[in-house]
Amino acid sequence: MSLNIIVLAKQVPDTRNVGKDAMKADGTINRAALPAIFNPEDLNALEQALRLKDANPGSTVTLLTMGLPRAAEVIREAMYRGADGGIVLTDRTLGGADTLATSYSLAQAVKKFGNYDIILGGRQAIDGDTAQVGPQIAEKLGIPQVTYAEEIIELKDGTVTVKRRLENGVETVKAPLPCVVTVNGSAAECRPRNAVRLQKYKHAASVSEKASKSPEVQALIEKRPYLTIPEWSAAFVEADPEQIGLTGSPTKVKAIENVVFTAKESRRLDNNDEQIEELVKELIANHTIG
Amino acid sequence: MANFYTDNPELKHHLNHPLMQKIVELKERNFADAEKYDYAPMNFEDAMDSYDKVLEVVGEICGGKIAENAEGVDAQGPRVENGRVIYADGTQENLELCRKAGLMGMSMPRRLGGLNFPITPYIMAADIVSRADTGFENLWGLQDCAETIYEFADEDQKQRYIPRVCQGETMSMDLTEPDAGSDLQSVMLKATEQPDGTWRLNGVKRFITNGDSDIHLVLARSEEGTRDGRGLSMFIYDKRNGGVDVRRIENKMGIKGSPTCELVYKNAKAELCGSRRLGLIKYVMALMNGARLGIAAQSVGVSERAYREALAYAKDRKQFGKAIIEFPAVYEMIAVMKAKLDASRALLYETSRFVDIYKIYEDIAKERSLTPDERKEMKLYSKMADACTPLVKGMGSEYCNQNTYDCIQVHGGSGFMKDYACERIYRDARITSIYEGTTQLQVVAAIRHVTTGTYLNLIRGYEAQEVKPELQWIKDNLIAMTASYEKAVATVTEVKDQAYGDFMARRLVEMAGCIIMSYLLLSDAQRNDSFVRSAEVYNKLAQAEVAKHADFIASFTPEQIEMYKAE
Repeated sequence: MSLNIIVLAKQVPDTRNVGKDAMKADGTINRAALPAIFNPEDLNALEQALRLKDANPGSTVTLLTMGLPRAAEVIREAMYRGADGGIVLTDRTLGGADTLATSYSLAQAVKKFGNYDIILGGRQAIDGDTAQVGPQIAEKLGIPQVTYAEEIIELKDGTVTVKRRLENGVETVKAPLPCVVTVNGSAAECRPRNAVRLQKYKHAASVSEKASKSPEVQALIEKRPYLTIPEWSAAFVEADPEQIGLTGSPTKVKAIENVVFTAKESRRLDNNDEQIEELVKELIANHTIG
Repeated sequence: MANFYTDNPELKHHLNHPLMQKIVELKERNFADAEKYDYAPMNFEDAMDSYDKVLEVVGEICGGKIAENAEGVDAQGPRVENGRVIYADGTQENLELCRKAGLMGMSMPRRLGGLNFPITPYIMAADIVSRADTGFENLWGLQDCAETIYEFADEDQKQRYIPRVCQGETMSMDLTEPDAGSDLQSVMLKATEQPDGTWRLNGVKRFITNGDSDIHLVLARSEEGTRDGRGLSMFIYDKRNGGVDVRRIENKMGIKGSPTCELVYKNAKAELCGSRRLGLIKYVMALMNGARLGIAAQSVGVSERAYREALAYAKDRKQFGKAIIEFPAVYEMIAVMKAKLDASRALLYETSRFVDIYKIYEDIAKERSLTPDERKEMKLYSKMADACTPLVKGMGSEYCNQNTYDCIQVHGGSGFMKDYACERIYRDARITSIYEGTTQLQVVAAIRHVTTGTYLNLIRGYEAQEVKPELQWIKDNLIAMTASYEKAVATVTEVKDQAYGDFMARRLVEMAGCIIMSYLLLSDAQRNDSFVRSAEVYNKLAQAEVAKHADFIASFTPEQIEMYKAE
């Protein structure tokens, strides 16, 4: 059975190795100091999608990302790893969106895409850490959702069986297709970029990127349709202007504080059991642990 | 996670050498594949960009999983069950990653499923892999053997075997036997021809790296009654046919993840590769040259790792109130390590470029006849590759050993403990100056280039290049060093005595090596300021080495060799 698989992916600033210049004086992210990367859990989701494709020959994996035109980079990254292509949902009016406006916009894009069997995405992005977009898309599309997925065990007869990783154990659930599955970082790591695919797709470009390419590369892109990464606008996905971008975002940021951790109280223990036991007792007594 | 390609800008410097333009244009036959294959480059820049991008993938995998797995692989190692090798878990994971990343068969042509990369970027990948896990480089690097099939096997064999290598099947070269190590002429494994034209192999091989591979190249005695190298032929054994079992694997000091096997051939079905009787004298020699370049890359990768471990520790470790790198005794060690590393790497890629050019011409010669100029050029590069390969294998592996030794020294007592990676790196390094021909045998291969003047010609070529005024002193030193090299060569060759010549050979070869590597670093410094320090430090070292050897030779009378003879 061949499947139409959508993978939701986001280009995020790499917040894993944050230096001291990661935040600007006004408390916003200094994007220039942080490299833009493929959101890590979206890569876990991509791997699950590619495994479904491996198991179901003829399937297609399409990336969907919302962001600036340069977010096409995550689509190329995915193509190097095995995805067939992708779409960049990009429009100035989409900027400043919170999770509600984002999931509305992405849901509109999914509707425009039409025929799909399963939507996969990372549990959450490392810039916002909300884990809300996946579930909200499912709600807006009116389809089931499976969150905290660690492995797609089986997909057949219109049903997907998923192992979920929860705080206190694992749970195996079944859901009818189509549905949204959000994948945990504990799932299998994404396969590496492949040398042949990398050379095949490295010239892939979104419409706005294409303009800055050399004439030879532009000619190549025209000759090979799979090298064009489509850009969809808010109007193209028929999004209601009231529900997108800053306008469509009820979340208002009141203030951002730059918190610097400082040790208020430190104590030095000698390396012996008595002192350690004493400290543990104290921590249990004041409910820090236990 | 580190990326072992992007965190090491020296690699990109070597990749972007001016000679690459010629190499790429020859290799890609004016980019004719661009029409046929969707992943072929359309021009020089496009090809270079592809090498760069693929090496970045290599760097990512190596700096991530492969480096992470190295300690576990060293502890667990492979095992034998029912005649089959089972790799350590980390090794299996590494191989799977390399397969998925499409890093097998990198230098094979596209029509056989390869990436059609020149040797230079392929060797660079080997350099990177070795820094992550020395032993794993062997398993991955044995894809080199496909080169031998490509060069010497018939078209049908190429079609059957090379795509499998590109898909990730592993290879081995089964040469050594209990009584045939350095002396491969004594190989006894028996090959018997069958009426259907296939062969059967019977006997034992020993010390076979990755001996349970999918596709083996086997050196065997096809001519009954012969005793020397001319009775040996090369065979391809396909594991799918069965007949070869692993009797045991060696318990080694280092590169523990790489299984070293004793193999028993019981009527194993095999097919002849190339022509009879040329097994040793032609094919193994070609195979060995490729393998030696691979070991040189391995040595450089290990040197890189050792240097980095030592540098990080020396900056971090405080004694007497300051970081130990601030003490002259320590910073000298670190600077010399870096100089040896950069010197051997400069020679590595100089050699790989020479190999690239002559091998591509050889390949072109299969499609059309070469012009007289091209033929001349092929011969020249072939000779230079032939001269530089034993030099870089010999000296590069010795430097690698010295660097891992100094790495432990910088760590002091902690380096002797199992807690730091440096003890593993030290053990892993030890084999590099032994396998694929000991350093002593590299000298045997190199010495004729001392006596026939190949090295001197190379040196003269470098000497003709312009240098910046601030680097002129290095060139002046090198000119003086070359004069003492010539004098030492004359002193030794004037005495017509084989034993005396053999006795002095290593000294002469090392003198040539020091001068050549110092010139190469000078030329790197000319192109890129970040090499200036290594060019300077290495020249000081090379100058002292050349003087030491020159002194020894000048003050030595041929009869004094008697003092050294075993009782």
